[in-house]
Amino acid sequence: MENLVEVKDVSFTYDVRPVLQRINMTVPRGKVVTIMGLSGCGKTTLLRLIAGWLKPTAGEVRVAGRATHELTHDEIYEMRRKMGMLFQFGALFTDMSVFDNVAFPLREHTGLPESMIRDLVMMKLHAVGLRGVHRRMPAELSGGMQRRVALARAIALDPLLIMYDEPFTALDPISFSAIGHVIRRLNDTLGATSIVVTHDVQETLPIVDYVYFMSDGAVVAQGTPDDIRNSREPFVHQFVWGEIDGPMAFHYPGAPYREELRLEPAHG
Amino acid sequence: MVERAVRGLRVVGHRVVNSVWRLGYASRFFSLTLLKSATSFRRFHLTIKEIYFTGVLSLIIIIVSGLFVGMVLGLQGYETLQKYGSAEAVGTLVALSLTRELGPVVAALLFASRAGSAMTAEIGLMKATEQIAAMEMMAVDPIARVIGPRFWGGVISMPLLAAMFSAVGVFGGYLITVVLIGVDEGAFWSQMQNAVDFRQDIVNGVIKSVVFGVAVTAIALFEGYDAPPTAEGVSGATTRTVVTSSLAILGLDFVLTAFMFRGA
Ligand SMILES: Nc1ncnc2c1ncn2[C@@H]1O[C@H](COP(=O)(O)OP(=O)(O)O)[C@@H](O)[C@H]1O
Ligand SMILES: [Mg+2]
Repeated sequence: MENLVEVKDVSFTYDVRPVLQRINMTVPRGKVVTIMGLSGCGKTTLLRLIAGWLKPTAGEVRVAGRATHELTHDEIYEMRRKMGMLFQFGALFTDMSVFDNVAFPLREHTGLPESMIRDLVMMKLHAVGLRGVHRRMPAELSGGMQRRVALARAIALDPLLIMYDEPFTALDPISFSAIGHVIRRLNDTLGATSIVVTHDVQETLPIVDYVYFMSDGAVVAQGTPDDIRNSREPFVHQFVWGEIDGPMAFHYPGAPYREELRLEPAHG
Repeated sequence: MVERAVRGLRVVGHRVVNSVWRLGYASRFFSLTLLKSATSFRRFHLTIKEIYFTGVLSLIIIIVSGLFVGMVLGLQGYETLQKYGSAEAVGTLVALSLTRELGPVVAALLFASRAGSAMTAEIGLMKATEQIAAMEMMAVDPIARVIGPRFWGGVISMPLLAAMFSAVGVFGGYLITVVLIGVDEGAFWSQMQNAVDFRQDIVNGVIKSVVFGVAVTAIALFEGYDAPPTAEGVSGATTRTVVTSSLAILGLDFVLTAFMFRGA
């Protein structure tokens, strides 16, 4: 099986508002693929579809060859044991220490003795450079450290697929490049496949193999990092160089500005 | 005019549909909690931890309130009974009021405002900070792992707390009437022992507090699980937990009393 994840013609609608429209995407095994786009364009929704959390309204998502919408609840759980997801804000369990957070999936899913769990937890914490804080509570860590602990927890069971939801937001430059390197290194040493959702173009391009650009729920451009850097497409150019004017509007669609400022009651 | 009426009708309809939908959602949540209870008993240390937390949270308030309620019952009871020359019966009065009514009801009201609100806030925040989602992503069922142990922990600790409340209350009554006022100690205890029936009073009181425990924890956990993931969402849910479960306790108490003590 060449591709670990295949997204075919997927559309998705929350209630009535379409969020994703006919998305096509493939994630080859062993690669780091990134999905870029502005906030609200549907990146998190796409990750949730891949994790089998949401079912596509149309089209299909295949993970390791199996369509997620055909799986039973137990099969979905079986599949997720081989996935790790890093949430945007870490989502550490606030009532558990760093150690217990990382040990959580091991204790839930393996019958390993405590001594072995301890060694595994220490190895995972070492991989993210935080072995020294295993006794602390999450509230005693900075945002960047919390995210690294969450990453150690996400890889506790040596997943085949690691998904990162905006791992770089609100990080200082040091944590930023630290996480970037960790993502690449983990992918290569674990022999895993990674999907990185982000809107930090410059910092992400060096560590990834392939890039998808999304806008308003559709894929608008794709290519290798070099293709993207050299692209003349106005859309990609705007995104890569962070220009405000371009095909992507800074303003969310609304009533005309001048009309809005006249302060007249909406229904006369 | 017609337009306004139609809009009003639509609002009412929306409210009704919403409430029915929420009721269905709550029932489904409750049945899932029961169905997935195996974890709470197979890994009983999870439940013990919750019993410990809810117990510790509520213990002080239960003991202090129990003591004062018992003392007030003693004072009031003595005032009235001594007019009829049967001051020794005050022990009976205190014990029966506590085991049948005040123990289960007041302990449950205190439990709802102390432990119930804390449970709602905790679950609501876990959801708002995506801890529940993270668990789900790690292929761990949050209903089995988080909700179940809290539910059973609450259901088990509620009767224990009510019993504690009644016991401390009887002691409070004893302090006021026997130690302070000087009612005959032997009569106080022996009349109480004769009058309180195990099946009729103690068991019924325990049944009440188990029912209240189910109601309060189920409401608290559902409100937390259903809370919108925002600060206002969680605080609103916490308030609703206290209001709804207090009303539920009083309503259930009336129904249970009507069945249990009819003609007794
Ligand atoms: N649970 C939900 N219910 C309804 N709409 C949602 C829900 N979650 C997200 N959305 C909407 O779907 C769109 C895409 O959201 P999301 O996938 O979170 O975007 P991104 O992660 O790219 O910022 C947004 O417009 C958002 O408002
Ligand atoms: Mg997002």
